[in-house]
Amino acid sequence: MRGLDARVAVRRGTFALDLPLAVAPGEVVALLGPNGAGKSTALRALAGLVPTAGGHLVLDGTDLAPLPPERRRVGMVFQDYLLFPHLSALDNVAFGPRCQGMRRRAARRLAAEWLDRVGLAGHGAARPRELSGGQAQRVALARALAAAPGLLLLDEPLAALDARTRLDVRAALRRHLAGFAGAALLVTHDPLDAMVLADRLVVVEDGRLVQEGVPADVARRPRTDYVARLVGLNLYRGRARRGKDGAGTVAIADGGSLDTVDSPEGEVFLAFSPASVGLYRTRPDGSPRNIWRTRVDAVERHGDRVRVRLSGPPFAAVAEVTPAAVAELDLSEGRPIWAAVKATETHVYPA
Amino acid sequence: MNGTRVRPPLILMVPAMAGLAFLVLPLAGLLVRAPWSTLGTRLAEPHVLEALRLSLVTATLATGLCLLLGVPLAWTLARVPFRGVRLVRALVTVPLVLPPVVGGVALLLVLGRRGLVGGRLDAAFGITLPFTTAGVVLAEAFVAMPFLVISVEGALRAADHRYEEAAATLGAGRWTVFLRVTLPLVAPGIAAGSVLCWARALGEFGATITFAGSFPGRTQTMPLAVYLALETDPQAAIVLSLILLAVAVLVLAALRGRWTGTS
Repeated sequence: MRGLDARVAVRRGTFALDLPLAVAPGEVVALLGPNGAGKSTALRALAGLVPTAGGHLVLDGTDLAPLPPERRRVGMVFQDYLLFPHLSALDNVAFGPRCQGMRRRAARRLAAEWLDRVGLAGHGAARPRELSGGQAQRVALARALAAAPGLLLLDEPLAALDARTRLDVRAALRRHLAGFAGAALLVTHDPLDAMVLADRLVVVEDGRLVQEGVPADVARRPRTDYVARLVGLNLYRGRARRGKDGAGTVAIADGGSLDTVDSPEGEVFLAFSPASVGLYRTRPDGSPRNIWRTRVDAVERHGDRVRVRLSGPPFAAVAEVTPAAVAELDLSEGRPIWAAVKATETHVYPA
Repeated sequence: MNGTRVRPPLILMVPAMAGLAFLVLPLAGLLVRAPWSTLGTRLAEPHVLEALRLSLVTATLATGLCLLLGVPLAWTLARVPFRGVRLVRALVTVPLVLPPVVGGVALLLVLGRRGLVGGRLDAAFGITLPFTTAGVVLAEAFVAMPFLVISVEGALRAADHRYEEAAATLGAGRWTVFLRVTLPLVAPGIAAGSVLCWARALGEFGATITFAGSFPGRTQTMPLAVYLALETDPQAAIVLSLILLAVAVLVLAALRGRWTGTS
């Protein structure tokens, strides 16, 4: 089988990582997870920089487990790039080909081609410290790709960049990843980077896989609180009962219940967007919807909108309103408030 | 910070000044008493030149030997986790605090004609080390190597070892990583260590005279020549001392540029 087929198992003290990973050639998979989930450890294990405990690592039909890092054909772009400070940009990129036995002149020619491809044709003679963050990132990418890896690992490739360069570098990185024939695996904790760059997301929490799928699907149907927060949805787990006329009610595990339309039966997740939550000072009436009385826990600015955290009982939720609404409703911590969500705004899927 | 300077207390300033004078005055005395008018002819005397040449050659060879053995030793201490690494590091620094004459005695006991290893070298290959120029190199290397090892090990510890990991993911084997990444990264540390090591070897006296004796042209280095000249020809001792002082100043200047100045 081509591509990567692995179960990455690493043990370190009380922390245990056990992660099934399959990446097809040409595919880009993003490992997403909170800090300390084991994402970077998984990459280092694949590169051979930390020992694995069991599991299996197979790349293009070759068992990687017994091989040292230098014989794995696994390239890595490090978060802080780690360009060799004593070598020029060109010699950094030529390092991989040279190690594979290419003659100096041929390796330099190849390196120049790669620098050209990442848009740094004139910067071959520059030392790493003379490069900007975005340029260094591109040299690091060219250096990894010039070694012709079967698997490319990218550890938080955009984390060290400021917001403006990040946009440009992300777009460029997307192009280069699209042109890369091998399997690519990138680690990030930024959902936007993951959505833009990856064909598939693998979400890791505490060393385990908790969700995987194409970005649109993960964004629409989060399965853990972490993913829900990441994609900005309110998420509840509960038990659904179908009523007459196909509508349903979900009894939420933490207490309370929410009405839905087109619900499956049994254990489900229920998600709705903070923007679909309406806040009222007095009990609203009118169209059929979920209405509950709650309390304001915190008010936070979020771009040009305001996020209002609502505490339980019956359950915690986040509402997103305009600054004008905050003033009008006089929202402040501890204030009792009515919240409402239309049944049609909820999204229910099997757990 | 606020611009007003705190007046330093006299009880500290007086001994501080006395300490400075104590360090500087003898050197000033050396300069004052130097036979400046005859300096040129005295420097050109064959036995001065001979001692100088021998000192430069043996110190350089000793530094080479220290580099050859000391850099891998420093790398092992810095990079290979093993039980007893603290003990080994302590052993490496023993020659730093050991009286050099004891080092010379120890070398004689091991590498002397009747020594543990020296006896076999003599019997098997006809090689004798004590009282030869090679013996001088060994004695100097024994005393000077800790300076190199400590300096290089410090540089290795300070260097980010993830560069080595990055090199490995690019297909570089252990040896290539060492040559093309590790060594260039710690080059300033190696240079500083070499200068210190060379300076220490150049000034070596106790271990050299014990293990190699003092034969003009063969084992009589500058410090030995200074000591012997002091009894027969004090003026010559001053001239030789001036040369060593000049070398020491040069070494300091070299270290300032490469090491202390850039840190």
